[in-house]
Formats: sequence, C-alpha cells, structure tokens
Amino acid sequence: MNFLDDFLVRAALAGLGVALAAAPLGCFVVWRRMAYFGEATAHAAILGVAFALGLGLAVMPAVLAAALLMALAVSAMTGRGFAMDTALGVMSHTALAAGMVAVTLLADVRLDLMAFLFGDILAVTRWDLATIWGGAVLVVALTAWRWPGLLLSTLNPDLARASGIDPRREELVLTLALAVVVAVAIKVVGVLLIAALLVIPPAAARPLAATPEGMAAGAAGLGAVSALGGLWAAFVFDTPTGPSIVCTAALLFVLTSLFGGLRKRG
Amino acid sequence: MSAPLIAARDLSVRLGGRVILDAVNVEITAGEIVTVVGPNGSGKSTFLRALIGAITPSAGRIERAPGLRVGYVPQKLAIDRSMPMTVRRFLGLPHRISTAEADRVLDHAGAPGLADRQMTDLSGGQFQRVLLARALLEQPQLLLLDEATQGLDQPGAAAFYRRIEEVRQDLGCAVLMISHDLHVVMAASDRVICLNGHICCQGTPEIVADAPEYRALFGTGTKGALALYRHQHSHEHDPDDGHSHDHSHDHSDEGAEG
Repeated sequence: MNFLDDFLVRAALAGLGVALAAAPLGCFVVWRRMAYFGEATAHAAILGVAFALGLGLAVMPAVLAAALLMALAVSAMTGRGFAMDTALGVMSHTALAAGMVAVTLLADVRLDLMAFLFGDILAVTRWDLATIWGGAVLVVALTAWRWPGLLLSTLNPDLARASGIDPRREELVLTLALAVVVAVAIKVVGVLLIAALLVIPPAAARPLAATPEGMAAGAAGLGAVSALGGLWAAFVFDTPTGPSIVCTAALLFVLTSLFGGLRKRG
Repeated sequence: MSAPLIAARDLSVRLGGRVILDAVNVEITAGEIVTVVGPNGSGKSTFLRALIGAITPSAGRIERAPGLRVGYVPQKLAIDRSMPMTVRRFLGLPHRISTAEADRVLDHAGAPGLADRQMTDLSGGQFQRVLLARALLEQPQLLLLDEATQGLDQPGAAAFYRRIEEVRQDLGCAVLMISHDLHVVMAASDRVICLNGHICCQGTPEIVADAPEYRALFGTGTKGALALYRHQHSHEHDPDDGHSHDHSHDHSDEGAEG
C-alpha cells in the first residue's frame, strides 16, 4: 500500500471517509432541526480529550465516551420538557468550558488545543485512516439498516408507533451514530468544523433532491467534493485545511441554492 | 355480538402527575363509526394515542383482536421543508410499496394523480387524503383518525367525511375518530362518545345530543344543526350560525380543494 505513504492521499481518504459518514446523519440533523447537536457533541469531545490526556488513556475511546454521554444527557433533558435548543445550549457551553478548565487543571498536559479545534488532516496516520473508515462503515451500515424507522420517527413519532416502531430507540441509534462520527472525525476536521460538515452538505443537497434518499446521496457527493476540493485549495493557496474544506462546502451550498431558486422560478 | 376489535378496559393515563384519562371503558366492534367529542384538554388525543400504543396506561389495559390491522391518521403532521418527500415515498414508509399499490390507495382516498408531488406542496385537503391513503395501505380493520379535518374549511371537511364513509363501505372497517366538527361528525356517526377525562355519555348521536352532560359541555345549539344535517345539508357557510337558517344545496363540493 505504497500510495498511502503520501500524506496527501491519506488526507484525501480521511476527508472522504468523514464526508460519507456525515452525509446521512447530517440529513437527520437538518430534518430534526438539531444543527447544534454536532456542535454540542463536538464540544464534549474536548472534555474527553482533556480527561484522556490527564489520565493517560487513549484519546479515541475517551472522546467517544464523552460524546455519547453528552448525547444521552441532551436526550434526557429534552425528554424532561426542555426545548432542544435550550438543552443543546446548556450542554454545549458547559462541556466546552469544563474541557478548558480540565485542561488547565491538568497542568502537565501539553495539549495542542488548536489541533483539536481545527483538526489536522495532513497529519493523519494509517491507524487514523483505519479508525475513520471503520467508523464510517459502521455508521453508514447502522443508518442504512434503520433508515425507514429513522425516517418515520423523524416525520412523526406517533405514526412510527402505529407502525410498530419505537421512536425513542431510533433516536438512540441516531445519537450513537452521531457520537461515533464526532469521535472519528475530531482529528480530521476538528471540533469546530465537524458540526459544519454535518450541516452544510445536506443543506446544499436539499434543493437538488426530491426524496430523503436523494438528499442523503447528494450530501455524500457534495461532502466528498468539499473534502477533495478543500484539500486541493489548501494545497494550492497554502491555507489551513479544515477551514478550506468548510469554505468549499459553503461555496457549493451557495451554488445549489442559486440553482434551486432558478429552477423554482423557471 | 362479535368480539370487539379493540377495547379499553378501565384505561387511566397520567401525564406529568395530572390525570388525563380516568377509568375509560370503550369497545369498538367491526364496521361501526364511532366519534369521540369533548372540549380541549379532555384527553381525546391521549385516548387515541393510548390505543395505538404511543402512551403507556398508568392503569387498565388495551385489548386488541389478534392480528388487528390499524390505520392511523395523526392530528397534524408538519413536514419540515428541509425534508424532500414525494407522496409516493411517504406512502412507502416504513415498507416500500409498488407504484400500482400507491396509485390504488391514492385513488381510494380520493387523491388520484398526486404520487409524484412533494408533500409540502399539497393543499390541506390533499394532504389529509394522502394521510388517509397511507392509513388504507394495509387494508385496515380499524381506522383511527385524530381530528383529521383540522385546518379544512367546512365543505372540505364534509367532503373528507363522505370519503371516510365510502372507505368504510368498501373495506367494512370500523372507524374511530376525534372531531371538533360537531355538526358533520355527529350526523356521520353510529355512536358518539362524549369524553372529558372520563366518559360523560355515549350512544347514538341523537341520544348524546339530548344528554344533559353533553349540553353542559357544548350547549344546545348543535342539536339544531344536527337536525338540519339529517335533512341532507352539509354546505354550512358559517359554522357559528349555520343552524339558524337553511341552506338547501346538494353535495357538489366534493372536488372543492382539488
């Protein structure tokens, strides 16, 4: 696997993996109006990183655990009657702040916070690549398996119940998958940008799609183009990689929105 | 008398410490149209949601006939514009269906030719018919409708209820519905249940309309409208004073919101 020796090839593959896993989940994030869920989970990941480094644990499982705990806490809060944005706001800021405090208290920890905030896709190792693709395959398989139930639960929980589907179980599946995506993506695009990658490609795919499946496929395609295009732009213009990927995605969003507007008028 | 399709036995529901339903006993038998009426907050929707299993009773139980096929039309379904969804795809949730099957139920529900439209582009009446079409997919023995005509104007609601009646005749299914459209619904029902946390009274529309419990909740006005409807009038222009004067129209509003 000599071609994996090239850091650009590794970076491209990592970006593709994250884009593919984020696409179907991002659609649900958009449909359920939980755009800040990615952000909150990602902030929790910082807390996970701090604890992992402080206690000498592996980073990936700690991040996964923190992201899961966050997701479950948010689910519990909305179950108790808090609005989704309130629950996410409380948990998101708390997790970020607690992470910062924890990093400072663990004085001997040399944490490159910038790397976790913005990611460093050019430093992706083969092991990272395996983790990302393992996570991506797991998430895509999980979403594909539960797809009809997830869709119906998102449309209307009572309709799901009437069809013998437990909407809370489907929500748990979604939560789990989101936590996995954040945990595997944190190194590639970083905490601040994973939320963007969850939301922007599905939003960009919306004007082009007639069905939910079409939107998920479009989001995967646009996400992949964003990852590769952003990587290329970062290489050519010597700009930071993660932000370049997000800017590319945003550009695609503008283009498809214009296209959707034209089509509606014409 | 045949065994009921579905029955609530001493059904009680508490939500957030408040008693919503208190020892409700209802049986629905094959082929009958039963309407639940009651003021806002009387537990009508909760009752229906308990029947489909969306709410766990705090006491009592729901008995279903073995293998009962239920079609459910929810109170409202707000499809977010962020989700692209054709009518055909919606009908195929959670189980994919063939094009012929989709066309068949759409015809049956009075919404032919809508299969390729986006759900968010439908009018209120079309949307409700698509919901009805989805409920008809599995040849239900029992149709549950939760204020299915909310947001429809009076002729639109009347047309929708006539469609329900036709569906009932075709499929022989029982219908349990909740409605605020007292005028129309009372006339279209075999049995009316007046609910306000508990069952106040039940029986044929005439009996319920005469019952003091019902009059205490809804006043006496609807009885006049009921009599009017019994004389084949459904084209009320103003729901509030529709019973003081006579509109003699035939039923020409079937396609009003096509």
